[in-house]
This record gives sequence, structure tokens and C-alpha cells, in this order.
Amino acid sequence: MALSYDDVVARYEPSLGLEVHVELNTETKMFCGCATVFGAPPNTQTCPVCLGMPGALPMVNEKAIESTIRIGLALNCAITPKSRFARKNYFYPDMPKNFQISQYDEPICTNGYLDVEVETDEGAKTFRIEIERVHMEEDTGKSLHVGGATGRIHGAEYSLLDYNRAGIPLVEIVTKVVSSTGKYAPEVAKAYVKELRDILRSLGVSDVKMEQGSLRCDANVSLAPIGSGKLGTRSETKNVNSLRSVERAVRGEMIRHAGLLDKGERVVQETRHFQEDTGATRSGRSKEQAEDYRYFPEPDLTPVAPDATWIEKLRSELPEKPSVRRARLQALWQVPDKEMAAMVNAGAVDLVEETVALGADPTKARGWWLGEISRLANEAEVELSSVSISPKEVARIVELIGAGELTDKLARQVVAAVIAGEGDPDSVIAAKGIKVVSDESSLIAAIEKAIADQPETAEKVRNGHLPAAGALIGAVMKETKGQADAARVRELLLGQLGQA
Amino acid sequence: MAGKSRISRDEVARIAALARITLGDDELTHLAGQIDGILDAVAVVQEAAGTDVPAMSHPLEISNVTRPDLIRPSLTPEEALSGAPASEESRFRVPQILGEEA
Ligand SMILES: [Zn+2]
Repeated sequence: MALSYDDVVARYEPSLGLEVHVELNTETKMFCGCATVFGAPPNTQTCPVCLGMPGALPMVNEKAIESTIRIGLALNCAITPKSRFARKNYFYPDMPKNFQISQYDEPICTNGYLDVEVETDEGAKTFRIEIERVHMEEDTGKSLHVGGATGRIHGAEYSLLDYNRAGIPLVEIVTKVVSSTGKYAPEVAKAYVKELRDILRSLGVSDVKMEQGSLRCDANVSLAPIGSGKLGTRSETKNVNSLRSVERAVRGEMIRHAGLLDKGERVVQETRHFQEDTGATRSGRSKEQAEDYRYFPEPDLTPVAPDATWIEKLRSELPEKPSVRRARLQALWQVPDKEMAAMVNAGAVDLVEETVALGADPTKARGWWLGEISRLANEAEVELSSVSISPKEVARIVELIGAGELTDKLARQVVAAVIAGEGDPDSVIAAKGIKVVSDESSLIAAIEKAIADQPETAEKVRNGHLPAAGALIGAVMKETKGQADAARVRELLLGQLGQA
Repeated sequence: MAGKSRISRDEVARIAALARITLGDDELTHLAGQIDGILDAVAVVQEAAGTDVPAMSHPLEISNVTRPDLIRPSLTPEEALSGAPASEESRFRVPQILGEEA
């Protein structure tokens, strides 16, 4: 029987190590001028350098160095005065050279940290994740395994290689061992990758799309009995390609390790692959046996020695940290903690900020993005930012409501129509003939009808029981097909019943 | 130096396994001796540099040789694949990859 997570964390202390690979969004590859367009036809973005042809010489992309230094600075790292590239040798067809150019003992950035916030039983708590290193390398080609089952290597008859991705600048960000998270290890891991993604996005150095592989996470997990003061044997889970999967992979590995340790078995140090469908991991190659990269300094490249003045210039130009920005906006908009967290989780902060910048009231802007638009996004199973309504359109809708030209109910119809691609708010309103009923004589007729239909309810209101008015207002709104302004209906109704 | 074995048959077997090369028993023995010979020849260079000479990874004392992030023409897929022993669907075709999972 599978152990429960609570049982695992009651007896074992987890340690984490997270390796994040991020593809930079440079125009060209790390060591050659080939383009880096995602999804280009196979082998249309290759040249003698990235195909590893004899005599071809690599040359470093200066934008990639700049982006890596900016990442290091944003993660509070020291920038190495003189760092070097190294060859990581391995025999595998995803690199045509039989080695990958990487950095080994002299990475460009070292010793940083990133603070992440996680909701705990005692409220929000900050965990400091220490960064061991940030280094530059090149991405590998893409293999397609033919024959056998479902594109897996196992049982494949042969493989087909596309080297468009080979040589795209890749930055690897490695944490030190993260301990003292206790039961929050899965949440801390997720919060770290999320915060890192937000920072990378704010720096504009990568598309950070986990589903397209431009941001990938490997999670090292180990367990030791609580109080033992030891580190257990770790497993490394690769293929973790969404934030939710980071959390699931860490939790799943903790439970798997505990099961082995409980039975007195040992955890094998190995690479495992995360299975998106089941949330479980399966064994890959055993590290102890396979890993022998025979690193040595890359003789075709000179050291990278960034100028101190340049580093300081890059530091001074760093964008506002996402966490600082969130705190500033929260204070500015006067949003309670919980709702701010909801906004962050929904990925709504940028959208609300843009909507507010276009003149909308922050509370109303937030209400629309987190309310109706989020609901429609959930229904369509897409990210909020992928819904086809712009901050400009939301700001216009808020403006129309403020001017009394739309009720909330009518506005919801407009939002749905805009998302359905029927045009911008003004053309939707024109096309559908949506307008607030402001002809008071027809409103009064509807109110009189409601009072006649529900004499007992009307009597309650007359006797001062105001909540009963809701049923009558509802009837009027129904009669006017939602086109009336509810506030005005209430005003008129209470006037009719002597309660104004 | 000569005669003293620097590399064992086991090590040759391991490197061969990493490189996916199958070697027979006699080949292992033969290559272990040959690689020894190569290492001996290279070792002469080590005698030239004293402990006062710092290790270097590049013959020139220069750094920061970079290029701007500007796209240059790539090869066509036909050109890229022209030297490949086998190709299919504009991709390089390679033999099955044994003993590993991706
Ligand atoms: Zn190239």
C-alpha cells in the first residue's frame, strides 16, 4: 500500500536540488549565426559549426553572455572575472560533435540566492534558495525514435535527428542543497521555479515556456530520517515540464524513497523520467554507470572576462524584481494578501496593471480578470493570458459600466462576445444592439407588474423588510432582459413602496 | 616511463562501452598497449613544462572573442544532409540507440 504523504514527512526530512535549464531568446545560436526559430522545418537552421564539421570554429554570441550575466545579477550572484568554456564529452547522436560546449569548474556566475514565499500552516513564509552556479552551454538536437512503441527509444529501430535546436544558447541554474523545508518541499520547489520564471520573464531573456521546453527543470530529491543529520541518496527526475509537475514530481519521489527506506532497501542514485499522465517517475539510465564526461577546457574558445564597468551598468539597468513589484502594486491597489495571491496564481498581475494603466479602477479591473474572464479561461482550459480579450478592451468595458451604458450583466455578454472573436466592445454593443434600458416609463411599468405579481413580497418591503426587495428587482431585471440598471431599479422600486 | 602500464584493459573496455564500440578480448589487450604508447609519447611534453608554468587552455593570451547576435545564412537541409550516410524526412538517420531511455 502506498504511504501517505503525511506519514512520510512525519518521519523523514527531504533535501532538494533543482537544476533549471533555460533557452535564451537570442536571434542566433550560442556559437554560430544560425537562427533559433522554434518549430522551423528540420535541419533548416544548421551550419558547419553547429553540425560539428571538421575545421569549423565556434565564436561566442555576445548577447548570450550579456543575458547570462543579467540572470546572475538578478539572482544575486558574483560574476566570475574570468570564466572558461569546457567540453563535456559524450557519445550520443543529439550532439553531432560528440561533445557539448558547457562550463565546468569556472562558471560565469556563482553564489547567489532567490527568496521565495510559500503559504504554510503559520501563514506566508520566506524560504531562501541558495544558488550554486549559473553557467552557459548549448542545447542539443531533437531525436525522433522510429519503430517500437510511442516514440520511445526502447524498441526503436532507428532514430532521426534534427539539429535546429543544437547550439541554441542554454543557461543552467543550479541550486545548492535546499534543506529545512520539511513538508513544504514540493511547494518550495514549485515556488522557486515560478519565481525564477517570473524573473527570467521580467529580464526578457527567454520565452520561459515550459510546455515548449524553453524552461526545463530537473529535480533532485533525497530523504533522511528526521534528526539523523545526514543526506540520503538522491534521485534526479528529468522531464518536469510544468509548474504543477515540479510539485508532483517532488512529492511523488519523496513517497517512493520513503517506501524503499521503510523496507530497508536502498535508493539508487539514478536519473528518472517524470510521467506527465500518472505523475510517477520511471527509471532512466543509472548514473553511477553512465556518467563520465571527461571535461576539459574548450581549446577553440577564449575565456570570457566581462569588464567590471559593463557589469555595473547591467546591474544598474536590471528591471524591478517581480517580488518587489508585486508588493508595490499590492500597496498601490490596496489589495488584501489573499486576493493578491490569487491574482499572482492566476497570472493576472500584468493584465490588471495594464488595464489600470488604461484608466480602469484597480478593484474593477481585478474583478473582471479574476472573475468572469478567469471563469471563461477555466472553461476553455487556457491560461488567462491566452484568452482573446485585451487589457484595452477590459478597460473600455469598465469605462462603459462607469458611464452607465452597460450593466454588469450586459457587460458579461460583451466580454463573452469579445472573447468569442465578435469584435471589440463597441462593435459588439453596436452589432447586438445592447443598451441599458433607461426609459423610465417602461421601467416603472415593469416594476408595477412585479409588485402586482408578488403582492406579499411587496407588502414585506412596505413594512420595512428591505431584503425582500431582491425578489422584485430580480423580476424586473428578468422582464427587461437584464438591460436595466439594477441600482436605478432598486431606487425606483423602493420609491414606489414608500421606502426611499 | 615505457613499459609501465598507464591504462588497464578494464579502462579501455569502459571507454569503449561509453563510445558504444564493441571490442573483443584480443582487441582490448592490443589497444591497452597502444594507448599506453600514445600516452608515453605525449608525456614527454609534460617534462618540458616545469611547475612554474601555469596551465593554459588557449595558446593566445586573449579573452572575449565574441560576435554580435546577427543571423547569418544557414545551410539548406540538402547541404546539411549531403554528407550523412543516411537521412529521412530531412533528418539525419542514425542506428538504434541501445540501452538508454529518453
Ligand atoms: Zn550553426
